[in-house]
Amino acid sequence: MTAERHIFTMLVDNEPGVLSRVVGLFSGRGFNIESLCVAETIDPKISRITLVTMANPPVIEQIEKQLNKLINVIKVRDLSGDDAVKREMALICVQARPEHRAEILRIVDIFRCKVVDVGLAHYIIEVTGTEGKLTALLNLLRPMGIKKIARTGTVALLREPN
Amino acid sequence: MDAARLEPRVPASSADPAPLLSGAQILMAALRAEGVDTIFGYPGGAVIDLYDELARSAIRHVLVRHEQGAVHAADGYARASGRTGVCLVTSGPGATNTVTGIATAYADSIPLVVITGQVPTHLIGNDAFQEVDIVGITRPCTKHNYLVARTEDLARIVREAFHVAASGRPGPVLIDLPKDVVNRRIAHAPLTDPIRLRAYRPNYRPNKNQLRKVLALVAEAQRPVIFAGGGVIRSGASAELTALARRIQSPVTGSLMGLGAFPGSDPLWLGMLGMHGTYRANMAVSHADLLIAVGVRFSDRVTGKTDAFAAQARIVHIDIDPTSIRKNVPVTIPVVGDCRLTLETVNQMMGAEAPDGLAAARRPWLDRIGEWQRAHKLAYRQGETIKPQFVVETLHRLTGGRAIVTTEVGQNQMWTAQFFHFDRPGQFITSGGLGTMGFGLPAAIGAQMAFPDQLVLDIAGDGSIQMNIQELATAVQCGLPVKVVILNNGYLGMVRQWQELFYDKRYACTRMDHQPDFVKLAEAYGALGLRATRPEEVEAVLARGLAAPGPVLMDVLVEREECVYPMVPAGAPITEMLLV
Repeated sequence: MTAERHIFTMLVDNEPGVLSRVVGLFSGRGFNIESLCVAETIDPKISRITLVTMANPPVIEQIEKQLNKLINVIKVRDLSGDDAVKREMALICVQARPEHRAEILRIVDIFRCKVVDVGLAHYIIEVTGTEGKLTALLNLLRPMGIKKIARTGTVALLREPN
Repeated sequence: MDAARLEPRVPASSADPAPLLSGAQILMAALRAEGVDTIFGYPGGAVIDLYDELARSAIRHVLVRHEQGAVHAADGYARASGRTGVCLVTSGPGATNTVTGIATAYADSIPLVVITGQVPTHLIGNDAFQEVDIVGITRPCTKHNYLVARTEDLARIVREAFHVAASGRPGPVLIDLPKDVVNRRIAHAPLTDPIRLRAYRPNYRPNKNQLRKVLALVAEAQRPVIFAGGGVIRSGASAELTALARRIQSPVTGSLMGLGAFPGSDPLWLGMLGMHGTYRANMAVSHADLLIAVGVRFSDRVTGKTDAFAAQARIVHIDIDPTSIRKNVPVTIPVVGDCRLTLETVNQMMGAEAPDGLAAARRPWLDRIGEWQRAHKLAYRQGETIKPQFVVETLHRLTGGRAIVTTEVGQNQMWTAQFFHFDRPGQFITSGGLGTMGFGLPAAIGAQMAFPDQLVLDIAGDGSIQMNIQELATAVQCGLPVKVVILNNGYLGMVRQWQELFYDKRYACTRMDHQPDFVKLAEAYGALGLRATRPEEVEAVLARGLAAPGPVLMDVLVEREECVYPMVPAGAPITEMLLV
């Protein structure tokens, strides 16, 4: 059985310890977390957790069931299909030597991302997009020298029916 | 001492309908509202105010000698009575001492509410005296847990905790109570609105379409086996299970936790399944064409090598917990639902009348099982030394099979499971999932609290009994006449057995070279101590001990190197049994 990548989104009670229950479930049962994103929803009593994991299908089934079993987890959804919008954001600090400065700005333009900080020897680029877009951008920037990077991990929402 | 507590409890003004109550008073009222009449516990600084209030309430308190004993006792109380067991302990070490007990109850799905004291909220996180993050520590071994941040939340949390502990797949729930939350006085009126847990709705009612498929499989099956687990006992489904087995003429096996779910004296009973299961049970499951698994979780101690487990069978799995289904073995028809409600519905759909010729059609299968039984019965040879199996059989005979029996963990537990035939649910109380040595004596104390007039017996090993031997003082203090029978072989017997069979008899650190004199020890605690050293003494010693009025410790010196058979080596298919 091959491992599949799944994006779970869940609504949880916005209470102390709830994230720890979710994360503890993964570590305690040997499930893996590729990325994790948490923030309050429009209802301050409820947070949304978006979690990306890799596992084979029976384990994915267990993960979803175990998440549902947690008393503070209100609703779990697997958003791995096409009926969901998925985005990730990254801040990338790239070395900007004089000979690369124009090239970097061209790449930023092509990828429709933004330079949010400039220095004598660096740019910080803000990029939002699918994971594929981020990977492509990173591949292009890597030769210039990436000094630091901060990624949010994927967030996802189910599309509304038309 | 909080001076405020000396004030009258009911306010003088009749204009205010909600009296000012302290957290401790609210807790006691909430416990009474849940029908709690017994608490097992141990006081300390963080709960001294709770104890002050408890002593004034109608709730009985059993003072244990170690907090682990309190949790096991509450657990034994819960298993015997079917009610939720309650413990009260202090913060820090009091709380950490409960962890093994909580994990034990969690592994076996036993409803408990464990109340721990906590340092005042303003000190939390300061490494205060006797502070520990018990909510963090017990998160993976409770069904749910709470830190009560405000006195206003206390009554609601207690109610939720009892609801969560006892409903769905039961389990332990911990409530951590900071000292200031306990002492604060607030205007409090009893709760009237229903419990609101929007994310917790256990699914009791099975899907009827799934049940129709089950019925179709049952109608086709030539070689069915029903496999009953602890879920049958927890949901009170024994009568429904027994009716189903007789109606479809299916033999029944059980996990360790399922013993007592189906009468051990019934001709359809196969004995226990798995690592130390009977030959016929393991063979029957391995040759069955339909396995109806009810309230089980397919533990590795039951399945052995999972690929080979019930390889010829289609599997129906009925369980209230969806995570139990398809976790360890693939399943043909999953049914999520309460065991009792599900079996009741199945029985209704099937009708009481068996089709003509069912008994005749089942004959070849039952005959084949009879052959397996004749080929390899559970057996031992009583010779010069006392055989532990003989002790268990004698206990069964002397008690008419009616005692409530707890065990410790290891060989004593397996021999009890094999040779004491349990006829009713709640009669056999043992730590199955976690395998907690030291469980039996405190669990017996709890069971005795639930049933003061019944004979409660702990079948122990000389290793296990010493893990919570201090609870003998609890039994004596509370006048609880529990009978402990130690199958004393001077070894950690089950580990020694593995060393004999799989480690070339290298008995690394399993011999207990120095043991206390258990008779004198019993006497030191104020209990009766008795000893049997030769086979001809066994019956008289046991009879005397069982008939004695108070707590009794019976030290039976058994064959030192006896093994539990059959045995399936860990990870092997369950057909590959080592036999006597």
